[in-house]
Amino acid sequence: MHIPDGYLGPQTYGSMFAVMVSLWAKAYSSMKKKVKEETIPLIAIGASFSFVIMMFNIPIPGGTTGHAVGSVLLSVLFGPWTALILTSIVLIIQALIFGDGGITAIGANCFNMAFAMPFVGYFIYRLIRGKTPISSKRSLIGAGVGSYIGLNIAALLTALELGIQPIISKDSQGLPLYCPYPLKVTIPAMMIEHLLLFGIVEAVVTVLVLYYLVKTGTIKEESYHV
Amino acid sequence: MYKTKKLFIGIFILVLLSPLGILLPYFFRAGSAWGEWGPDELKEMIGYVPKDLERLSSFWNPVFPDYNLKSWIEKGLFYEILGYLITGLIGTAIVIIVTYLIIIVNKKIQK
Repeated sequence: MHIPDGYLGPQTYGSMFAVMVSLWAKAYSSMKKKVKEETIPLIAIGASFSFVIMMFNIPIPGGTTGHAVGSVLLSVLFGPWTALILTSIVLIIQALIFGDGGITAIGANCFNMAFAMPFVGYFIYRLIRGKTPISSKRSLIGAGVGSYIGLNIAALLTALELGIQPIISKDSQGLPLYCPYPLKVTIPAMMIEHLLLFGIVEAVVTVLVLYYLVKTGTIKEESYHV
Repeated sequence: MYKTKKLFIGIFILVLLSPLGILLPYFFRAGSAWGEWGPDELKEMIGYVPKDLERLSSFWNPVFPDYNLKSWIEKGLFYEILGYLITGLIGTAIVIIVTYLIIIVNKKIQK
């Protein structure tokens, strides 16, 4: 789901950057409120978990690969604004140092995986969890459903951003300048694999980690919420 | 008390296991993630490379392309796994350090 350099034209990656800059500013100032000294290691571990989990490429035999992202888990643990900052840190480091995702596409990739995914996932999580405690069954189910839908929203946005390129950017012979695949190719290609496989992996990873953290008493209620 | 030490060890173990992210796709003959092909792969698939895609695709030169050392890229699966491990450890350390720095700077500004 990491869009590389060259797949998006400047209209798309430019506007995604503009949106992300204002979201980063908002997230950064909302973090100021309540990060406690003793929570910092846990937050750093959360960011590194997202980085590592993305290294586990899961194959579709004979086809493509995909991976979990972990940003809905971060939003459940630390709130969606902190999840936005942490996932953005990971995505920017992946782009700069590993060439995983393009530099020009940082805005778009952060919008999909660091903004849309944790916010949609968190909203669904809260909806299902209701007023029950973080260790409740509803909380775990909410985290599973939220992360499944969150990842699929990110996949859908990626498909839309890629698929509009042949419509908005063509050379003089009518050939696409950037991503060559139209929406009718990008949407099914991205959605089938994420709905059937990667979304389930995301949900399993999210629920297992949350279950471990509440079971061991590492996370209690919203005391770490920032 | 936070059980952070255990969690740091957990992250370390995950990094050690991360070469599975290369091995499994290798054994199941799975290629790149959808939409993450390089210009060469794209040329094989559709017969041409979109002009600006080609131009933009090479403008950044990462230190560890594809989570590997540059000198090990063509040296086969063993080096790919070793490179994945080494660069994965470095990447994890960088993520942890950057996260600490950002939060600490954030708290300093607040004070």
